[in-house]
Amino acid sequence: MSDSADLDVGYVAKLARLQLSDEETVLFQKQLGQVLKYVDKLRAADVSQVDAATHAVPMFNVFREDEPRACFTAEEALHNAPRQRDHLFIVPKVVE
Amino acid sequence: MTGAADLPARNIADLQSLLRQGRISPREVLEVLRDRIASIDPTIEAYLSLDYEAALKEAQEVDVELPLGGVPIAIKDIINVAGQPCTCASRILASYQAPYDATVVRKLRAAGAIPYGKTNMDEFAMGSSTENSSVKSTRNPWDTSRVPGGSSGGSAAAVAADEAFGALGTDTGGSIRQPAAFSGVVGFKPSYGRVSRFGVVAFASSLDQVGPLTQTVRDSALLMNALAGHDPQDSTSLQADVPDYTAGLGRDLRGLRIGLPKEYFVEGIDQSVKSAVEAAVKQLESLGGEIVEVSLPHTDYAVATYYIVATAEASANLARFDGVRYGHRAENARDLLDHYARTRAEGFGAEVKRRIILGTYVLSSGYYDAYYLRAQKVRELIRQDFAQAFSRVDVLVSPTSPTPAFKLGEHSSDPLQMYLADIFTIAANLAGICGISVPCGFAEVGDRRLPIGLQILGKSLDEALLLQVAHAYEQSTDWHKIRPVV
Repeated sequence: MSDSADLDVGYVAKLARLQLSDEETVLFQKQLGQVLKYVDKLRAADVSQVDAATHAVPMFNVFREDEPRACFTAEEALHNAPRQRDHLFIVPKVVE
Repeated sequence: MTGAADLPARNIADLQSLLRQGRISPREVLEVLRDRIASIDPTIEAYLSLDYEAALKEAQEVDVELPLGGVPIAIKDIINVAGQPCTCASRILASYQAPYDATVVRKLRAAGAIPYGKTNMDEFAMGSSTENSSVKSTRNPWDTSRVPGGSSGGSAAAVAADEAFGALGTDTGGSIRQPAAFSGVVGFKPSYGRVSRFGVVAFASSLDQVGPLTQTVRDSALLMNALAGHDPQDSTSLQADVPDYTAGLGRDLRGLRIGLPKEYFVEGIDQSVKSAVEAAVKQLESLGGEIVEVSLPHTDYAVATYYIVATAEASANLARFDGVRYGHRAENARDLLDHYARTRAEGFGAEVKRRIILGTYVLSSGYYDAYYLRAQKVRELIRQDFAQAFSRVDVLVSPTSPTPAFKLGEHSSDPLQMYLADIFTIAANLAGICGISVPCGFAEVGDRRLPIGLQILGKSLDEALLLQVAHAYEQSTDWHKIRPVV
């Protein structure tokens, strides 16, 4: 396991699309450093004989019949939209 | 109508008898409940929103002969109820209105139950005290200077304070069982996949499960009869028959093997919790259970494993809150990245931000193998621990929480200490098994009595047996009859 000092909260926050204040960055750096130090105990576990568990109940390829079903109307889908016009979500300009 | 004054203190089974005998109408039940909430909730602060108008309309038409006909049920505000807010106690969903019913709500309605209010919680179910709500802190009805537990703290406190007959919660690492223990009620976490998660806002998808919080074990069984079952809209939902969960209630414990995981009875447990649980174990033995010591050797890794797996899944699940299709949106973004980063900065509280960062980090390139993959392997070891234990015993017994309810603010500045409050409940979620917390005594703290919870764990899909054991214990004690004076 890597050293908990590797965590750069400012950088990871950018990856997570999360703006942090300077105070939050300093505080989270300290708090998450402590959490990472705590989870370091997993280094001691012998995992050489096991596969990773992705789920408590192994399940694969769950399919359902491809049948038409009732779904939202455009009005319902847009009901909670922060901004909308002409049955569309309005978003910040992405392409110049 | 009858006994309006003590009506809110009735359990669901008793309420049903009154309704079916015609001694009270569903409408009157709701009106009495509304008055109780109006008088008590300013002190407890269990509810985030209430809508009696829709509920009264349903009460007018409901058939009281249905399994839960006319029974009002409170719903944790992470579960969608059509036309109601669903805020997850987060600023980012403050104005969100659910466009549809979660499957569990649809099933409750089909059984005749009436949703009327949404309960407080830690934001996005991340916390153990309900202090991470962006709206308010719910109070423990036994001592209003203390937390009700979390994250389903509003649901637990509402049931404890007789301002809900029963409630739904969600449990990702103990969020039903721990608040049930702190608040002196019954909290039941079904096996992973037993109850549909469709329409429940996802926190950690491989761990989340919906379940009931009630006054009695029988009430939890009644609610489970309505909630359990396969749902084609949840691909993790199990295709297994649903038994009548009330059928085994009343059977004794003769011939049952009850395991005590030795790793759960070590240092760090409050003395009053230890004594109460030891007395409960003796009680189970006197009811005919055979007590067997077992070992869950990887117990010490559970909290660390959980905080990697759960935060990793949360960081992915919460990526959907981007201010585009619903939820809060930051004003005057310079560009798309600024829009995302400020929308999320303004919308999420501190604990949610911490967990998104931790989860993003453990999944990031260069750290994935060291943290996430290793945690998943340790999760498999924990799963195998339980499989081995359940090859020797029928159920496992432990404290639900190492301490009774703590004070508001006591752990809120130290996330790691807060995480350790879930030390006995987390492993059940990692292993996907079912668990219940039932009241098993009190800690005397000053002039207050604080409830203590007994946790009973059962193997996957063994809900009926778990409820049978919990019921036998509960009915042989008076703990569930002692109510807080608010």
